[in-house]
Amino acid sequence: MGHLLDLSPQEWTAVWLSLRVATVAMLASLPVGIVIAYLLARGRFPGKSILNGIVLLPLILPPVVTGYLLLLSFGRKGPIGAFLEQHFGIVFAFRWTGAALACAVMGFPLLVRSIRLSIEAVDRRLEDAAGTLGANPAWVFFFITLPLILPGIIAGMILCFAKAMGEFGATITFVSNIEGETQTLPSAIYTFTQIPGGELGAMRLTLVSIVISMGALVVSELLARRVGQQLWVE
Amino acid sequence: MSLAVDVTHRFGSFALDAHFVSDGRLTAFFGRSGSGKTSLVNIIAGIVRPDRGRVILDGRPLVDTDQRIFVPRHRRRVGYVFQEGRLFPHLTVRQNLQFGRWFTPRRERHIGLDQVLDLLGIGHLLDRRPGALSGGEKQRIAIGRALLTSPRLLLMDEPLASLDDTRKEDIFPFIERLRDEAEVPIVYVSHSLAEVARLATTVVVIDDGRIVATGPPANVLGRRDLIASHGAGETGALIDAVVAEHDPSFGLTTLRSPAGSLQAPHLDLAVGTPVRVRIRARDVMIATARPEGLSALNVLPGVVTALDKTDEGLVEIGLDCGGVRLAARLTRKSVDALHLAPGRQVYAVVKSVAFDREALVRAPGFAADATAYSGQR
Repeated sequence: MGHLLDLSPQEWTAVWLSLRVATVAMLASLPVGIVIAYLLARGRFPGKSILNGIVLLPLILPPVVTGYLLLLSFGRKGPIGAFLEQHFGIVFAFRWTGAALACAVMGFPLLVRSIRLSIEAVDRRLEDAAGTLGANPAWVFFFITLPLILPGIIAGMILCFAKAMGEFGATITFVSNIEGETQTLPSAIYTFTQIPGGELGAMRLTLVSIVISMGALVVSELLARRVGQQLWVE
Repeated sequence: MSLAVDVTHRFGSFALDAHFVSDGRLTAFFGRSGSGKTSLVNIIAGIVRPDRGRVILDGRPLVDTDQRIFVPRHRRRVGYVFQEGRLFPHLTVRQNLQFGRWFTPRRERHIGLDQVLDLLGIGHLLDRRPGALSGGEKQRIAIGRALLTSPRLLLMDEPLASLDDTRKEDIFPFIERLRDEAEVPIVYVSHSLAEVARLATTVVVIDDGRIVATGPPANVLGRRDLIASHGAGETGALIDAVVAEHDPSFGLTTLRSPAGSLQAPHLDLAVGTPVRVRIRARDVMIATARPEGLSALNVLPGVVTALDKTDEGLVEIGLDCGGVRLAARLTRKSVDALHLAPGRQVYAVVKSVAFDREALVRAPGFAADATAYSGQR
């Protein structure tokens, strides 16, 4: 079965796919996450608690339920899936893009929560001051609010990425477990544990996921410390 | 500059109902904490939208609820120096200073960075971050940041309140220079009588959300009914005078005022310089005949105009000395012994040492020698 550090082509494919899925899930949900977090932190509109509930739902629901709901709505016969395929040619069902969508939905609550908390912590009097200096609301957001919430954004992105790397239930329910297309790291590990003699492969991929997770954690610590230093210390 | 305000606004149970006009170079909003001074300034800045009313700056409306005009704060070109500085923690001092300038249209940038650095003495701080600065430095940078937008009006909300007395003394000269040299009209919020007496060219007294008096400081700050009842501390008189001559052998300077000539400790100012003297009521003695053999150098003839009992069982005497209003604080026993009553001819006696640094300031409008006082601190 080979050496412990010698990954087979199938295993490499799963690792790269997972990295790609998690990165796309994190980056694609970031702008939406910032907007939703801003609305939840600052907005005053009817249905705010409903929006908050919908965002948090994937955190509470069993992942399989989330995956099944995605399949119902974004599958080729689902209302949203059919619409997207007809008008834009975008297909999620049984594609890696579907895996990314499932991971994004699962990581979204963590992303939004982290950014929302940091927006709520911003001293709004600084934004008022920027306004009196001639900055319109958009400039105030880009020059004052955004830099001040950067640590929260970084923390949210890392959480979202880590969640996406480990997502299993929703992904496998929505887009199945197709090697080279939707077989992410957790799905591959699961597959190895289901076949005789697969223990070594499962072990190798387990080590890889530990390394990636630790790496993400270290990077986030370093980034947060740097930004924090710039802001408050010196 | 002309600023006309006529607004009403409710914050919860607090009602603001303010109406005044000022064309002063430094308009002081004076009143105790919670009287509505900051709310009024926030309305002028556009941070608070009033329920009803108008704010007109140099003929242009900033707010007019009848005409549905509300100029947003970023288009008002009104600078604002906040009580707590509010520097941006993620930017350097230089970036903080340049922040507003960046949003100012090029042809409206009257005030340059070099000018501001020179005025405020902050050139050595440019590459630092706000977190590493002292309170006084932060406040000077906050002033510079607001000035660099070349504002049409500069609002200063208790800019010295968070500083100790030494730091205040460091900042005063900068505000005086700003008032006299920068040609930006200022609205200055304070609950300190000493600050207002020193800086204001027009005083607006605010109490419980309403304007109770507006006018030149000499008229407003001498009125015991306004000042004492508003918790502002001790009353006193403001006299505008001119440096008449120096007497180096005794280290004295003679000042000429409508009330008579006054001897003060030596001032490093040229003959002819206008100054403003604040004489506190507790520093004035009363004599019924011109005193002889007295150490005090300043004896001003005058007429008693009013007697007011204070809370502490003292009596405050209002005097008219050649058209200048003066106040003296005496015990009831002295008042009885001297048979003081309105219309009585008396002499007010003031010791020269009463003119300390806080009591004697350069008059507004004289820009020539801004640092004259720093030497005799």
